Amino acid sequence: MPKKETSVSEMEKMLEKLRNMTEAQDEEFSDQISKLEKMIDSRKEIEFSNLTPWETVQIARHHQRPVFADYITLVFTDFIELHGDRRFADDRGLIGGFARIDGAPVMLIGHNKGKNVSENVERNFGMAKPEGYRKALRLMKLAEKYNVPIISFIDTPGAFPGLEAEERGQAEAIARNLVEMAQIKVPIICVVSGEGGSGGALGIGVGDSILMLSHSIYSVISPEGCASIIWRDGAMAEKAAEALKITAGPLKELGIVDEIIEEPTGGAHNDYAAISRSVQKILIKYLKKYKGYSESKIIKQRFEKYSKIGVFNK
Amino acid sequence: MAWFSKSKKRTENRSADIWIKCPRCGNHIFREDWHNNLNVCPKCNYHSKITSYERIGLILDSGTFEELNISIYPADPLKFTDAKESYAVKVENTRKKTGLNEAIVTGTGKINGLKVVVAVMDFRFMGGSLGSGTGEKILLASNYSYEKKIPLIIFSASGGARMHEGILSLMQMAKTCAGISRLDERKVPFISVLTDPTTGGVSASFATVGDINIAEPGAVIGFAGRRVIENTIKQKLPDDFQTSEYLLEHGFVDLIANRSSMKNTLYQVLSFYNR
Ligand SMILES: [Zn+2]
Repeated sequence: MPKKETSVSEMEKMLEKLRNMTEAQDEEFSDQISKLEKMIDSRKEIEFSNLTPWETVQIARHHQRPVFADYITLVFTDFIELHGDRRFADDRGLIGGFARIDGAPVMLIGHNKGKNVSENVERNFGMAKPEGYRKALRLMKLAEKYNVPIISFIDTPGAFPGLEAEERGQAEAIARNLVEMAQIKVPIICVVSGEGGSGGALGIGVGDSILMLSHSIYSVISPEGCASIIWRDGAMAEKAAEALKITAGPLKELGIVDEIIEEPTGGAHNDYAAISRSVQKILIKYLKKYKGYSESKIIKQRFEKYSKIGVFNK
Repeated sequence: MAWFSKSKKRTENRSADIWIKCPRCGNHIFREDWHNNLNVCPKCNYHSKITSYERIGLILDSGTFEELNISIYPADPLKFTDAKESYAVKVENTRKKTGLNEAIVTGTGKINGLKVVVAVMDFRFMGGSLGSGTGEKILLASNYSYEKKIPLIIFSASGGARMHEGILSLMQMAKTCAGISRLDERKVPFISVLTDPTTGGVSASFATVGDINIAEPGAVIGFAGRRVIENTIKQKLPDDFQTSEYLLEHGFVDLIANRSSMKNTLYQVLSFYNR
């Protein structure tokens, strides 16, 4: 947990004590309670508007942070999960299927993180294998055929670094998606909802608009990985998190993120309903934006968007 | 660029430099023999790294290479500083030391008279890492192929995305693949040659999606690092894991070609392009 949250949580403990003391509904006490509540709220707001990148990393990885499965039920209706890559297996680390948002059909794909040990074991902590990326591609092609926009939710520590993943072509599976997603003829909207972990994130992250929750992260390498390579010391992760510019603000400045979705005070885990409303609202807005785009316009704009990414001298 | 262009200077070296110890078989090889054998061990066929210009000298017909976009070099968009120095300083030092502006050299030339676009990564430039400038040069090379309908050949030699440019490096994977994706539409051939090493973000983008993937023998090719995987699965990996031969066995490269026959192999493959 980030240290800045401690002081707020201490205040919350005080509040809890006060509440327990006031079973007699004392007027004076309830006045104090509401004062304390207001203090906590404003304090939270100040503290969470000044998070360090490393603190943001902790919130992005918070065990109570809403995961893809939460957004599926809170933002969408009629979800029908479609399984398997038709080649090897059904990856539980990355799932997808048709759904509706505000009545309109979409294809949903996303990394499937869990919130407890048993969920995470089943879902491999949202780390997809080649069959996950190949399933995602199959579903995107299906979306193209059915003329349905694609929404992807990105929340993964990274693609699974395992023996069998390499054996079955993890690199090729991700690469193939990057090539194919450049040519998918329906709109693709990507939402970085938690951890955008490197190539494993990008494997479902090539889109026309990239949206990002305000306390999520998106990085070429984990801060820990970067620290151990560049500083030869994993403990320098805090420094790496800062240097890599992995939070929503800097990523928007770099032109990678199109719009930031503000999280409720304290982070998305504090108010599932509020963050779901915000995600729904912005998705509806972006779906409207692409409505009526011709196939060739979509492909052309996407190519131009990615052609422009990069900063160099000449 | 002749392969032998540097050999004269080498004979003047101190006697201690006369021998090269092969990193794989441990044999001591006369430096001149090592060099004349295209930096391949005559005893065990270990293919050591070569520079991009050396490779271009081996692949293209003499005097046909015309370099494109040579002036592109890295900026420091994140103002990134590691334990020792800023990225900007690192880039300046690397440019001076290697004479390269980026981790890739691109241009046009001929293979036995056949016109091609080539993009050749150079491991000496920050481990052949994929940065914004690298990605831009690959995109421009593939755009050239797309516009003129000339086959594209990319030689990879890279540890992956360049951390010093953060997310912009990651996005070069998408950018280069967007360029590659257009070649199919015009039926322009794209041959990927994977050399030691081709890992991380480069393996997970353009390098593994050639119409035909050709590897040099014994190259390390894979997505995740060996140690990362060993830490994940808590067991030691087989010796041939993530080698060219392993990838051939598992269906991810079409063929393995020795350095000495690479030019002819590329020519043979492209001779079947019937448009
Ligand atoms: Zn040897």
